[in-house]
Amino acid sequence: MAKVEDTQRSALERENPDDLRHYYYQMLLLRRFEERTSEMYVKAKIGGYCHLNLGEEATIVGLMAALTPDDYIFTNYREHGYIIARGVPPGPVMAELFGKETGVSGGRGGSMHLFDAKTHFMGGYAIVGGQVPLAVGAAYALKYQGKPGVVVAQMGDGTTNIGAFYESLNLAKLWNLPVLFFIVNNGYGMGTSVEMGSSEPDLWKKGASFRIHGERIDGTDVLAVRDACRRLRARAEQEGEPAILDVVSFRFRGHSVIDADRYRDPEFVRSGREKHDPVRNFAALLHDHDIVDDDWLKAMTDRVEKEVQEAIDFANASPDPRFEDMYVNMYATPVPNIPGPEDAIREVKINRGEL
Amino acid sequence: MPEINLLEAIRQAIDEMMAQDERIFVFGEDVGRRGGVFRVTEGLIDKYGPMRIIDSPLAESVIVGACVGAAMNDTRPIAEIQFADFIAPAFNQIVQEAARIHYRSNGDWTVPMVIRAPWGGGIHGALYHSQSIEATFAHVPGLKVVAPATPYDAKGLLKSAIEDPNPVLFLEHKKTYRLIKGQVPEHDYRVPIGPADIKRPGEDLSVFAYGLMLHYCLEAAQALAAEGVSVEVVDLRTLRPLDVATIIGSVRRTSKALIVHEDNLTGGFGGEVAALIAEHAFEQLDAPVLRIGGPDVPAMPFAKPLEDAFMPSPQKIAAAMRRLAAY
Repeated sequence: MAKVEDTQRSALERENPDDLRHYYYQMLLLRRFEERTSEMYVKAKIGGYCHLNLGEEATIVGLMAALTPDDYIFTNYREHGYIIARGVPPGPVMAELFGKETGVSGGRGGSMHLFDAKTHFMGGYAIVGGQVPLAVGAAYALKYQGKPGVVVAQMGDGTTNIGAFYESLNLAKLWNLPVLFFIVNNGYGMGTSVEMGSSEPDLWKKGASFRIHGERIDGTDVLAVRDACRRLRARAEQEGEPAILDVVSFRFRGHSVIDADRYRDPEFVRSGREKHDPVRNFAALLHDHDIVDDDWLKAMTDRVEKEVQEAIDFANASPDPRFEDMYVNMYATPVPNIPGPEDAIREVKINRGEL
Repeated sequence: MPEINLLEAIRQAIDEMMAQDERIFVFGEDVGRRGGVFRVTEGLIDKYGPMRIIDSPLAESVIVGACVGAAMNDTRPIAEIQFADFIAPAFNQIVQEAARIHYRSNGDWTVPMVIRAPWGGGIHGALYHSQSIEATFAHVPGLKVVAPATPYDAKGLLKSAIEDPNPVLFLEHKKTYRLIKGQVPEHDYRVPIGPADIKRPGEDLSVFAYGLMLHYCLEAAQALAAEGVSVEVVDLRTLRPLDVATIIGSVRRTSKALIVHEDNLTGGFGGEVAALIAEHAFEQLDAPVLRIGGPDVPAMPFAKPLEDAFMPSPQKIAAAMRRLAAY
């Protein structure tokens, strides 16, 4: 029997080293983006509610590596990394977190509501489960129009307890739709563990009564995620077989940046971060197999540091949305009897005591 | 012009639009072979097949949600909610997703879809087959809410709704389906979403209504005419966006206003119309603004005497008109 290291080595030898380096670059970019996002939050550059992808880098990069430009992605509210890994530059994403006009949603959405039409990034959704029926409908539209591609419905483990999830599973299989239910299972729906919230904690089994295939995947292994997504994506696209991916990952911090994480044992969190750090583990793997060296890793760290700093600088230098645009994009076409720019300006002036 | 009922007008609108635009499909409970509970979609499956006239599972959240996602992906879905009362499980999808996506994506995505829902009482449907839902949804910016009362308006407005790049809630009063007949031209036409329509011009007082109540108001206005009172009856037709100019213009001319709906009074749509009149036509008012609505009970009771007591009648409306005329 081959040793584990040998199996790993031969598996890695089949890979394009440039791809592997690119995965590492993307994972490191997401890591630093989120670390600096957290810092910007503390500096009050970002307000409101903000959920980080720290610890989920391999899950995200693995998924995106498997998708094609034809595909569509619906996500929940923990989605900064997804839109960046899908190809949107970090600058407009950070600008959105800052609430700036140059943000991907023009500052209207903020952290939880990132959109990008060009890359088929169909949005972050802050109502848990709200995105799942939409993804199924978008998959029907692909089938209806005879278009290639699949639709990814990304969600957290907590979402699998919501009714809309089951209505969506039913429809997906009933119509044999090209849709992947991508569950980021980090073990906790905010502060409630999967075991406390779900009578079936093996989330990949939840499609059983809908005759939907499910798999559990190690979400800290970028190649494992990519390979599973590629395989199930091809099956969904070619055979119209939806699938559930139960992608187990480790959430490094609390639910959101302001969550003190008191419900998890500090020792559990410490050892989890030690053991399940996808970025550090992947760097070690590539280094051990001579795919990268110390100089390359250092250069990558510098490159990412610079790119994230540029994103922050871009966000800082960007203008706020204009008051007079308050009513823009309420409807896709001009609509009579709704307020206009002058109303918005007047409201602001009254609010400030200037009128 | 041929005379048809309101239900046929709606079916014609769907049929004619589907014939010219392949992006349109209908998704709802029993809309296929069954032709829908009210048989609005009867025969369409033979013409357009099961990919375009689709029987849905009994699951309103995903009926609307799937249509939202499909609408974002270059199709034009028409979702049918079997009875407006059943829309509650889809509330999240309509209010949180359909209505807000265009705004919160800063214009990146549009949701061109129609949600058809038969509403209203007076048909012994009891608590869960009689409800009025317009006030709840007219409250939501980003949605359009349409409630036609005549076959002509129903057909023209539904065509506009299907072409509209925004989500439109299209309310069909179920008692008017076969009761209300009217002339509908054979040529292709539209009634724009937005403008109200003065169905009966008058000078002494203005009445605002939509759906079945519009017809009750016309009946009452006829009775008042015999008494020498000239009543203007305005069909609001579209509740969001609301035609404020026509409402205010009418009240400025007549100086008196009555709003009629069968939804219960408190927080009903009449309150919005009354507030607009108070804000914009206060100087012209010669009488208090009156509202008629259903009683504030949890829902329409089943027993006929109770249902009759719930529904505003032409007599009750006429009495309010007399009170205003005499003020």
